[in-house]
Amino acid sequence: METMLSWISTLCIGLGVFLGVTGAVGIFRLPNFFTRLHAASITDSGCAFLILFGLMLQSGLTIPTVKLCFILIFLLISSPTATHALAKTALDCGAEPTPHLHEER
Amino acid sequence: MIGITHIYAGACLALLAIMGITIFRAILGPSAFDRVMAVNMFGTKTVLLLSLLGFLSGRPDFLDIALVYALVNFLSTIAILRFFEGRTSVAVEEDPAGGAPSTKASSSEE
Amino acid sequence: MDLIIDITLLTFLGITALAINRIDKLFCVIMLSGLYSLLCASLFVTMDAVDVAFTEAAVGTGIVTVLLLSTIGATDTQQRSAPHRPLLALLVVCTTGAILVYGTMDMPAYGDPEAPVHQHVAPRYLNESLHEVGPPNIVTSILASYRGIDTLGETVVIFTAGLSVVGLIGFRGMQKFGDRKRAAGITGDDMDEHLVLRIIIKIFIPLILLFALYVQFHGDYGPGGGFQAGVIFASGFIFYTLMYGLDKAMQVIAPRVLGYIGALGVLIYGGVGVATMLLGGNFLDYNVLMHDPLHGQHLGIFLVELGVGLTVFSIMLLIFFAFSSRKGLRQ
Repeated sequence: METMLSWISTLCIGLGVFLGVTGAVGIFRLPNFFTRLHAASITDSGCAFLILFGLMLQSGLTIPTVKLCFILIFLLISSPTATHALAKTALDCGAEPTPHLHEER
Repeated sequence: MIGITHIYAGACLALLAIMGITIFRAILGPSAFDRVMAVNMFGTKTVLLLSLLGFLSGRPDFLDIALVYALVNFLSTIAILRFFEGRTSVAVEEDPAGGAPSTKASSSEE
Repeated sequence: MDLIIDITLLTFLGITALAINRIDKLFCVIMLSGLYSLLCASLFVTMDAVDVAFTEAAVGTGIVTVLLLSTIGATDTQQRSAPHRPLLALLVVCTTGAILVYGTMDMPAYGDPEAPVHQHVAPRYLNESLHEVGPPNIVTSILASYRGIDTLGETVVIFTAGLSVVGLIGFRGMQKFGDRKRAAGITGDDMDEHLVLRIIIKIFIPLILLFALYVQFHGDYGPGGGFQAGVIFASGFIFYTLMYGLDKAMQVIAPRVLGYIGALGVLIYGGVGVATMLLGGNFLDYNVLMHDPLHGQHLGIFLVELGVGLTVFSIMLLIFFAFSSRKGLRQ
């Protein structure tokens, strides 16, 4: 049972790291602000959830698990809200969601 | 056999690499919104890094700090976005070639 | 492993500092300084200074960013270029820096137990704290009991800062709540279009205040204490102000009440000291507060942390209100 839990949590942390690296590559390479925002926010939420879930599995049923649960809930709610606020403000301030791509390069 | 601490250490290193790329985007990003997005993402990655460091060193006290980071990251993002409400020209027309955007006059967007 | 993390974080710190120096758009500088503060806090965590990291995160990334944004709302957002190139100043700074670096080569290794700083009071605090003072968190016992007078000085300094800001900037223009033009800025009044943000923040604010109370009272056992709790409590109110406007926030808690609370915090702290003198001990000697020295220490630390928390909360919020209300004058 112990190794099974360790395997699952290793898998979760590994997937989370993979998502995080994908997000980093995305905000580095994508051409437009809105596409980068898309990459950053989706991978951010996924990475945070998987890594914190892996840590929760690792620490059993103790107080750190409760704290990790709180962090997870807060991040899951606040991160998409911040993304929504950012996209809304960018749209209001005039950034274009669909620029002509041949002008970008 | 690879123990769980090695997994933690590997994840920490990967997170540090991600944070490096995010700083790059924060310094480079042509518009101000790129920078806000990069700082927000950096804050979330710092929360994860601190949780992993806490487990790596065996001190669960770090989780309180991680929670505070998540909070203040959200606060500073929302504050920056409220600041943008009346200043259209600061955000979009940032010109690294050194043009001076008239930011002082655009304080009200009526 | 620790070495790699330290070197990487310090490299990021250097890159961010260079970027802050070179960029002249003040808005980006503010965001990068928030990033710098996060990096500093991570470095403090790797050095095992969790209370300092706590305070750095809460103050440096949260409150300072908000205050700086209010400031550049009232001034220009572009840094003016220097009228001359200060080469002589650069030479002086480089020489002084080189001498300082040369001086650090004589310092003992980091964490060396034979270092002079670890020889006099540090072993006494570490060995005796648990049965002389009581709390498991030695940082709290040093801050609040062994070095209580220093902490009283810090609290008075924060209170003085609040007095200075209110005296210099004041709250002009906020007398009439109804007839002020809609001022664009960090605390605008157009709330109808931000439905998602309003609802989410309305859900979060009570939880943030509850977390601040947890930090205040858990400071005996883990990282936390009065300063951090006061800052987080103020952050909750700042959230409210950002979303609902400065007028409503000042109706929730008026600046005059904040002034009274700040003074009350300092009064509690000093009052504990006077009470101990009246009960026969030295100033801020908590042993005489109750029948048993350990209980007396517990009560004393509780009261002074309460005083610190009250003062820090009210002064942070007062300074934020003062800076934000200034923006309303620029029409």
